Amino acid sequence: MDRPIRVLIAKPGLDGHDRGAKVIARALRDAGMEVIYTGIQQTPQMIVEAALQEDVDVIGLSILSGAHMTLLPRLMELLRDHGMHDVLVVAGGIISDDDARILKEQHGIAEVYGPGAPTHEIVRFIQERCETRT
Amino acid sequence: MDLAQALLDGNRRALAQALTLVETGGPQARSLLSALFAQTGRAHIIGVTGAPGAGKSTLVAALAAYWRRAGRTVGIIAVDPTSPFTRGAILGDRIRMQTLSGDPGVFIRSMASRGRLGGIARATGDAVALLDAANFDVVLVETVGAGQGEVEIAAAAHTTIVIETPGAGDDIQAIKAGILEIADLLVVNKADRDGAEQTVRQLRAMLSLADPPADGWTPPVLTAVAMRGEGIEAIATAAERHLDYLRNSGRFTGREQERAAHELRLILQETALERVRARVSPSEWEALIAQIVARTLDPYAAADHLLERGLSHSGE
Ligand code: B12
Ligand SMILES: Nc1nc2c(ncn2[C@@H]2O[C@H](COP(=O)(O)OP(=O)(O)OP(=O)(O)O)[C@@H](O)[C@H]2O)c(=O)[nH]1
Ligand SMILES: [Mg+2]
Repeated sequence: MDRPIRVLIAKPGLDGHDRGAKVIARALRDAGMEVIYTGIQQTPQMIVEAALQEDVDVIGLSILSGAHMTLLPRLMELLRDHGMHDVLVVAGGIISDDDARILKEQHGIAEVYGPGAPTHEIVRFIQERCETRT
Repeated sequence: MDLAQALLDGNRRALAQALTLVETGGPQARSLLSALFAQTGRAHIIGVTGAPGAGKSTLVAALAAYWRRAGRTVGIIAVDPTSPFTRGAILGDRIRMQTLSGDPGVFIRSMASRGRLGGIARATGDAVALLDAANFDVVLVETVGAGQGEVEIAAAAHTTIVIETPGAGDDIQAIKAGILEIADLLVVNKADRDGAEQTVRQLRAMLSLADPPADGWTPPVLTAVAMRGEGIEAIATAAERHLDYLRNSGRFTGREQERAAHELRLILQETALERVRARVSPSEWEALIAQIVARTLDPYAAADHLLERGLSHSGE
């Protein structure tokens, strides 16, 4: 595929912890991806609408507020409603292992990363998953 | 599914996918644009340019909100620079456009410049055409943060808004002969800061010193506090007045001719290069490059040779 991978980085919920989101945005940019950054305090509706308009391959969600078990399943449901099954969704922030497992197994989040996750691993995961896109 | 038809039917996902297609380019993109061409030519295309951080995104969002209240639909293309080292980009203009979220009468698309230097991307004109075909009444194009050379927007838009900020005043003589010349409207944004009146005066003085505008339109100099939505109505009205002026004075056809000529040149360059690359094997290409480096062939002769190959009917 000669077209750059397009990623939306968004922060659902009300917290203002935006360092992680910015670190990830920069790492993906440095890996040659086009990263749309929409800032803090996004509702699931806003995120899905932006992802649709931007026709992204990947949505990256950064959430450190503790509200991930309500916001992320809602967002996945909206994606399905819009027929956007092919979009890869990854998340990061303060999410317990138990919650991460549920988000992956029951809600279709592809991977969850916590504090200290090496950015090169995140880059590699996204690149590998996007190799087969059309 | 027929992408062109879905786009015309107002399917937003189809529009988004069509935008990706024209950004990638190639034969499929061109046939889509051919199919939609007859449906274009209705939108008022407005370029917004100015230095990094001048308030382009904030102003674009405020103008879009104004026109929405007036019952008009708005498409937005926001261009940000691609890193020349990694080919990646961070596209952050949407951050300032969040208030437009949830409105089906608005469509926002971020676009990386992908190595193009004129302040917009290669495919920006094509993207505008898609939004036009998709029935948006106004299409706003935000350029990358511009200095002096990024004037290509003027060839792609009907009306070009150039944003200045207070304090740019001191070096205003030195700046931007180029960028002031393309302005149909000048906006001094951040008028909540000191020195706005002075900047307005300086800009007006510069305009009065310049040769009378070739097209008979003197760019108004307006102030705004885009962040608070102040001055927006006057800017929107002036942009509408400019379009009326173009139409009533017969200049509109002239602008359309310039736009068409510009587009045709771009398409021609791209298609010629693509045909040549399709008919010349990579090893042949490398061999020609090697000859040029060895000074046994000059690049002009090489280009002539390639063009003949690429454009001949028999080639293959
Ligand atoms: C710095 C910080 C702040 C700063 C934030 C500055 C900023 N602009 O970001 C300030 C001081 C403002 C702050 C305030 C608060 N904070 Co605070 N803060 C932290 C702290 C110490 C570090 C967070 C950080 O920036 N880490 C550095 C970044 C790079 O790491 P990261 O975000 O984790 O990102 C990595 C991974 O998680 C992952 N990742 C993250 N996002 C994404 C996205 C994608 C797509 C991917 C793939 C990966 C990924 O990759 C990154 C790289 O490894 C954490 C504790 C901690 N150790 O995490 C608490 C913490 C997040 N804060 C917390 C709290 C409670 C608050 C406050 C509510 C405190 C208060 N009572 O006032 C306020 C809320 C403010 C607000 N408006 O939201 C709690 C959250 C508790 C919870 N969720 O259960 C924490 C966990 C502290 C704690 N142990 O209690 N905080
Ligand atoms: N004081 C003041 N700040 C403003 C005004 N308008 C915008 N800003 C602020 O200026 C900063 C840059 O605004 P943007 O709209 O992102 O500017 P931009 O020209 O789009 O920036 P780039 O796209 O990065 O070149 C933001 O922090 C805005 O909030 C204004 O009228 N007054
Ligand atoms: Mg901007």
